[in-house]
Amino acid sequence: MADEDDDIILADLNDEELVEQMFDDLYDGMKDEIEDAVHILLDRGWAPYRILTEALVGGMKIVGEDFRDGILFVPEVLLAANAMKGGMAILKPLLAETGAPTIGKMVIGTVKGDIHDIGKNLVAMMMEGAGFEVVDLGINNPVENYLEAAAAEKPDIIGMSALLTTTMPYMKVVIDTMVAEGIRDDYLVLVGGAPLNEEFGKAIGADAYCRDAAVAVETAKDLIARRHNQRAAG
Amino acid sequence: MTGTPDSDTRASAAPNDATLTAAGLAPTGHGKVLIIACGALAREILALRARHGWDHIDLTCLPAILHNHPEKITDAVREAVARHRTSHDRIFVAYADCGTGGTLQTACAELGVEMIAGPHCYAFYEGLTRFEGLDEITSFYLTDFLVRQFDAFVWTPLGLDRHPELRDMYFGHYETLVYQAQTDDPTLTDLARSHAERLGLQFERRLTGYGDLETAMARWAAAG
Repeated sequence: MADEDDDIILADLNDEELVEQMFDDLYDGMKDEIEDAVHILLDRGWAPYRILTEALVGGMKIVGEDFRDGILFVPEVLLAANAMKGGMAILKPLLAETGAPTIGKMVIGTVKGDIHDIGKNLVAMMMEGAGFEVVDLGINNPVENYLEAAAAEKPDIIGMSALLTTTMPYMKVVIDTMVAEGIRDDYLVLVGGAPLNEEFGKAIGADAYCRDAAVAVETAKDLIARRHNQRAAG
Repeated sequence: MTGTPDSDTRASAAPNDATLTAAGLAPTGHGKVLIIACGALAREILALRARHGWDHIDLTCLPAILHNHPEKITDAVREAVARHRTSHDRIFVAYADCGTGGTLQTACAELGVEMIAGPHCYAFYEGLTRFEGLDEITSFYLTDFLVRQFDAFVWTPLGLDRHPELRDMYFGHYETLVYQAQTDDPTLTDLARSHAERLGLQFERRLTGYGDLETAMARWAAAG
């Protein structure tokens, strides 16, 4: 796609064409082009939140679907994520200034013994794109880190990630500790990572297993909405 | 393994690495005991068989590239056990858990076949007890086979051949490439060191030999 795009001048495209082009450029991991397009839309008076949701998140949704369907692979997703990150870096300070809606707060990190954070980073980025405030604990987190962050940040969601079959059981340690301390039901717990599955998520007492970043966003939105409804009904 | 004590004619009967990666190895049909192994262990198992004269052991290997798709290993082992059940008296499985999340252990128990204890080959080459004490979460491991097949298992699947700029997204939290050497081969050591440089990691070489693989095979040879 890159060759076909050589002659395209982004500023000459109308809004609709430009957003379509941004979908293509995200798909192809073209960070510079995404940054240029974000500036163009800002100059045209688009609200930062609209650019984020319609252009960047919309484009990443296609990337996520093609990853799920085996059309794209991890390297391509990483390049796309890197391009989105470029756009997000421009928008993030503006989002804060313009009072964009925040739909929830998430604390996320990879569990103790696990330094693999690609999946966690993708989830954090997509959650931010969807309007969540994300507190990223980074890698190799013992249970204390999750509990301290939960107490300090008061998130709606605690997210745990693991790539290794040797580290994923640690998620149960965190959840069991939350149960023992009587705080388990104060939070939604989402888990993810390549070796996990839905059965594992249920077995350890998580609220949901999320197969990929797009699913994590949809699951988080859905569970938060349900919790609000339950509280409203109660 | 040229120049090593194990480079006899039987060891060299192993197919080339590319074949072991993509296709595996068919059994010869000779021998009462069959080992179903990861293709990444073929040369080592054949070398041990030659060293100890375990002529009653036959070997078949699944494609080594399943290492990159651990969710496929358990079904592949099940199918291989079913296929070879009647042709040999005893079957053993030369895999550790290898990222199957315990499903391979469950399957082997159901099938009544023994496998190798531990999380992966890095653990059994090192010796499971010693490996568990190392606690090296920032180490990236390569064996003899993986040093030779580095591009097929690491560089290309991660897209680093096309996008070297992704390197630090994958390896940024690693510190050291640990080469667990099964054989004392200066050429392989140089190659492993060059892989560490490509990944931006420090290099450490440990001559592990065959570790728990040899112990397991000795038990299986005696059982047959």
